[in-house]
Amino acid sequence: MKKPISIYIHIPFCIKKCQYCDFLSAPADSRTQEEYLRALEGEIRKKAAAYRDYTVKTVYIGGGTPTAVPYEKLCHVLEVLWQAFSIGEEQPMERKISMEVEISMEANPGTVSGEALREYRRAGINRLSIGLQSADDRELARLGRIHSYADFLETYSLAVQAGFQNINVDLMAALPKQKPRDYADTVKKVLFLAPKPTHISAYSLIIEEGTPFYEKYGLEWERRERTGETPLHLPSEEEEREMYRITEKLLKEAGYHRYEISNYSLSGYECRHNKVYWQRGDYVGFGLGAASMVENIRFRNTPDLPCYLREEEKTVERMPLTQKEQMEEFMFLGLRLTEGVEKKAFREYFGVPIEEIYGSVIEENARKGLLKAGDRISLTKKGTDLGSYVSAQFLQ
Amino acid sequence: MSGIDQSKIRNFCIVAHIDHGKSTLADRIIEHTGLLTSREMQAQVLDNMELERERGITIKAQAVRTVYRAQDGEEYIFNLIDTPGHVDFNYEVSRSLAACDGAILVVDAAQGIEAQTLANVYLALDHDLDVFPVINKIDLPSAQPEKVIAEIEDVIGIEAQDAPLISAKNGIGIEEVLEAVVHKIPAPGGDVEAPLKALIFDSVYDSYKGVIVFVRVKEGSVRKGTRIRMMATGATQEVVEVGYFGAGQFIPCDELSAGMVGYITASIKNVKDTAVGDTVTDADNPCAEPLPGYKKVNSMVYCGMYPADGAKYPDLRDALEKLKLNDASLHYEPETSIALGFGFRCGFLGLLHLEIIQERLEREYNLDLVTTAPGVVYKVHCTNGDMIELTNPSNLPDPSVIDFMEEPIVSAEIMVTTEFIGSIMELCQERRGKYLGMEYLEETRALLRYELPLNEIIYDFFDALKSRSRGYASFDYDLKGYEQSSLVKLDILINREEVDALSFIVHADSAYERGRKMCEKLKDEIPRHLFEIPIQAAVGGKIIARETVKAMRKDVLAKCYGGDITRKKKLLEKQKEGKKRMRQIGSVEVPQKAFMSVLKLDDRR
Repeated sequence: MKKPISIYIHIPFCIKKCQYCDFLSAPADSRTQEEYLRALEGEIRKKAAAYRDYTVKTVYIGGGTPTAVPYEKLCHVLEVLWQAFSIGEEQPMERKISMEVEISMEANPGTVSGEALREYRRAGINRLSIGLQSADDRELARLGRIHSYADFLETYSLAVQAGFQNINVDLMAALPKQKPRDYADTVKKVLFLAPKPTHISAYSLIIEEGTPFYEKYGLEWERRERTGETPLHLPSEEEEREMYRITEKLLKEAGYHRYEISNYSLSGYECRHNKVYWQRGDYVGFGLGAASMVENIRFRNTPDLPCYLREEEKTVERMPLTQKEQMEEFMFLGLRLTEGVEKKAFREYFGVPIEEIYGSVIEENARKGLLKAGDRISLTKKGTDLGSYVSAQFLQ
Repeated sequence: MSGIDQSKIRNFCIVAHIDHGKSTLADRIIEHTGLLTSREMQAQVLDNMELERERGITIKAQAVRTVYRAQDGEEYIFNLIDTPGHVDFNYEVSRSLAACDGAILVVDAAQGIEAQTLANVYLALDHDLDVFPVINKIDLPSAQPEKVIAEIEDVIGIEAQDAPLISAKNGIGIEEVLEAVVHKIPAPGGDVEAPLKALIFDSVYDSYKGVIVFVRVKEGSVRKGTRIRMMATGATQEVVEVGYFGAGQFIPCDELSAGMVGYITASIKNVKDTAVGDTVTDADNPCAEPLPGYKKVNSMVYCGMYPADGAKYPDLRDALEKLKLNDASLHYEPETSIALGFGFRCGFLGLLHLEIIQERLEREYNLDLVTTAPGVVYKVHCTNGDMIELTNPSNLPDPSVIDFMEEPIVSAEIMVTTEFIGSIMELCQERRGKYLGMEYLEETRALLRYELPLNEIIYDFFDALKSRSRGYASFDYDLKGYEQSSLVKLDILINREEVDALSFIVHADSAYERGRKMCEKLKDEIPRHLFEIPIQAAVGGKIIARETVKAMRKDVLAKCYGGDITRKKKLLEKQKEGKKRMRQIGSVEVPQKAFMSVLKLDDRR
């Protein structure tokens, strides 16, 4: 029996950097893109040998904007992947379109044609994640997005026509100048789509250091986070909380369930790839700055593009995890899922009962109403709002 | 090394205002006297404490011996004793000066005389040292050596026409300085045959050798095997080793005789036996009278120091004892706080002294400390005629038994360029200063004289002075005495519990303002909890200000960063790490630095 593994492929290019973005991504000319994709394919081919005993269960192509590179080039990367790795069951001709393997790709409105979408589908991609963020064109402009809401609608219908049946839409709350009712409008518009997206990711805007937004809003952001004071441009804490509740309420009414702190899906459409991260499954990342974890060793590629292109060895950091670190991860990653962690699973994995390690932390947080403790340990509603506060206590 | 000709010894120090280049000149002297090659030189050899090098200032007096072959063909032994420049360390300066026969006065060619230049020169002259000036940084574009020379002659009244013009940084004019040391600094005197009389000017603790005392031998001689007695403490020991100071190391020799500077070890284990300023004599052939020593220093600023981890109390006590060994100006005694547990009330010469001791405890002794707001010593006169010297605000008696209170007042001299006179006077006014007068040193510079309450200058006066004069003002002060004043104790309540470690004494007129700012500051420092936390300031049980730390309602990271778990974990670890530096007060976790927050209340910064 081959062991399951997930694959992440990073495309660090975009048309234009968004105001809030701190991901490893930047616009680049086509020569740089080609050089990069060549290096990426080289990396996949070279490393594949080490994974002969594995079979790929999920693939995720993220960025940046994967759709910012010409589609035939991206599809070629997938060809290389299929040649190098064993995918699902050993049926070479059909494996590409099998639903058994979840193959996701991020796509941005305004960067894909119908033809491109059909080709992606043919290359095996069966799940599309579309970055909408907001259905309000003024908000989109403020975020520095390159598309309008209409562009999104076009991309969405083209995707459906191209045969995508599993589509995620990314939303972002707590934007500068956004009011709860503006946000509710966005959510409602998305729920009007036909067919409905199978999956919705709803994040609150985080003002990250080093972004243009940080220059503009960094100080008021940090002040709000620290003291709860009402900022000048960003929504107040109360408004931000209200947007959270709107997400929960509207999506629940529309038949979605929240299976992770920021992720909602229709039944059976949870993103399997993301669950691998939270449940500490093995995954290997290819491309600039990509992170991996295989058999309790975390490693990472260089985040420096010239270095990535030049060096044969892309991996720059290797960190074998101690048992203690594994336990910590087990808890703070597992708690992101609504279902939480299973006590039995902890015991089977580590050979000790969870109480022996975390008994007092669990008890204290249960007493404060932040954790539910039965056969599984999971965050309560209040605990979900305070997820980081609770998780931090599981670090020693 | 016996039989050294006294006339070939020069014991001297360098005095200067901070940043005028004293340590750099010391380095050059060491370099040029060939004790070390340039390659061996670490920058600033004398500043061997890590902390000193980082801050670029000299804290502890240090000594080094070098050999100089002068132009007359003779070899001279130079004992160079480094001194601190900051006003807080006048006491340390005195100690060093007592070991010297002369001093080099370094003056910045661009900045001219500053407040500490004057203070240090007067100290040197008080010790009967021969002082000669050198003008440093002459290679700066803004250098005005002629002007500075005239200023030295006018203001200080010492001859400066033939002062060497140098750049210590770039090694210009160093030879001239060395010749001037030979010719302008007198050779030491003292009868080699008389009974031993040596002044302890510093000491350090070494885990192998025990206490190492630094001495200047005034009369007689000392060698291995001499039975010595410390005249003040009476401790008697047999000398194990004598020697002198290489650069950063101790070099043993046979004998130290009158006029020499060096060290003695005598397996002295008890730190308390060697008081700096004490006289060492021969137990079998004692001298009649001890040397005058130094005037006893009184601590000006007090604060509570507590180990963050209560179990480290004995470690803190040992560390303080060791620091006290070569820092006679440090005082401490045990105290207890309801909020902070067991600790010490410590006395310092000033705020910089406090900060340096705090940092040394944290770095050299690896202690994690909680420090309370510094305060001065108040005199509390009770209705029954008793007088209490109050160093800890928590010990203030009930107002009903207090007749009146007095606070320490200093006379301050502030040197400033004329364009900033207005803003500096404004600052002194805000700090309850009493204007005494002003003198123009030259057209563009004036010397302001003020009387100021010490408790108004210990916090952030120095910073405020610098920021309001764009760094051009310099400052020196002397304790003048005590004056009656209307003072109250300001208490802080966190979550309705009074926190003794946060109480402080303040002038009644500024109590409201201070209380308000303190609450604001604490609101900022105390992280949000799952519940709301009121922060109140009170005088005599009456609440005068309030702020609220809102309850935490959200703390969640949404993003996943494409499987980059390490990044997420680092954020959580940072959060966890933050919690470790907290003190539990009731059900509230208060960051350790909050106890110092009263220090940072100046709005203008």
